[in-house]
Amino acid sequence: MANTARLISALADPTRRAVLEKLKDGPRPVGEIAQGLPVTRPAVSQHLKVLKEAGLVSDRSVGTRRIYYIDPKGLGAMRAWLDQFWGTALDSFKLAAEAEAEKFKKKDGE
Amino acid sequence: MNTQIRPAPVRRSIFVKVPPDRAFDVFTNGIGQWWPKTHKIGPADLDRPIIEPREGGRWYERDVDGSECEIGKVAAWDPPARVVLIWQLTPEFTYDPNLITEVEVLFTPEGDGTRVDLEHRDLERMGDKADAMRETVSGPGGWPALLQLFADEAAK
Repeated sequence: MANTARLISALADPTRRAVLEKLKDGPRPVGEIAQGLPVTRPAVSQHLKVLKEAGLVSDRSVGTRRIYYIDPKGLGAMRAWLDQFWGTALDSFKLAAEAEAEKFKKKDGE
Repeated sequence: MNTQIRPAPVRRSIFVKVPPDRAFDVFTNGIGQWWPKTHKIGPADLDRPIIEPREGGRWYERDVDGSECEIGKVAAWDPPARVVLIWQLTPEFTYDPNLITEVEVLFTPEGDGTRVDLEHRDLERMGDKADAMRETVSGPGGWPALLQLFADEAAK
């Protein structure tokens, strides 16, 4: 559940939620996002980085500026899905590997 | 400036009570024993996925009707310590030869067994497929709870 934890912790910070709210109505550059927020622009950049790593926000270059936009069902959701997929698959793998081992043990014991 | 930022890989670890060589063998040659049957590409029912046991080998699924569908490739084959697979499935579970994401699996001896560490990385390459993911994750077997959590937070 590490990735879930990351997503939830990304959202747990009130400033990051405020940053996301700023993006709710459309893509914005960091300067506009920082306006009206009680933190510095570098701090906003740092929050955007965390949101981006959690897959909740994406960015693109427009000329010399970088525009951020909300990605609510994009990479974050995809990664959550893969996380769940591999979790289930590895549980199943463990069962298969250990069942095999039991079989071999029994054969050796005979 | 921010071009170095990448989404964190999916990382999963599990401990199995068998030695690394057996864990490696079940993971690769025995993939048909543990791969979820529900996760298939072709229209026919899944027989089993197959990983060819060599670097550069194919990773594909064989269906009960004999048809085959590509999943990806084998990028590194170092039994019993490590295998690197190339996962070329989109979030919709279709094969895309241009999509290259890596799944590295390490088998490390630990106590009376093996620690298996899996890392699925380069996920940002799936970025332009993210829209398709919306359907996958909201469908049956998906994971709507997190999306709901996020949607609720974002809507506040």
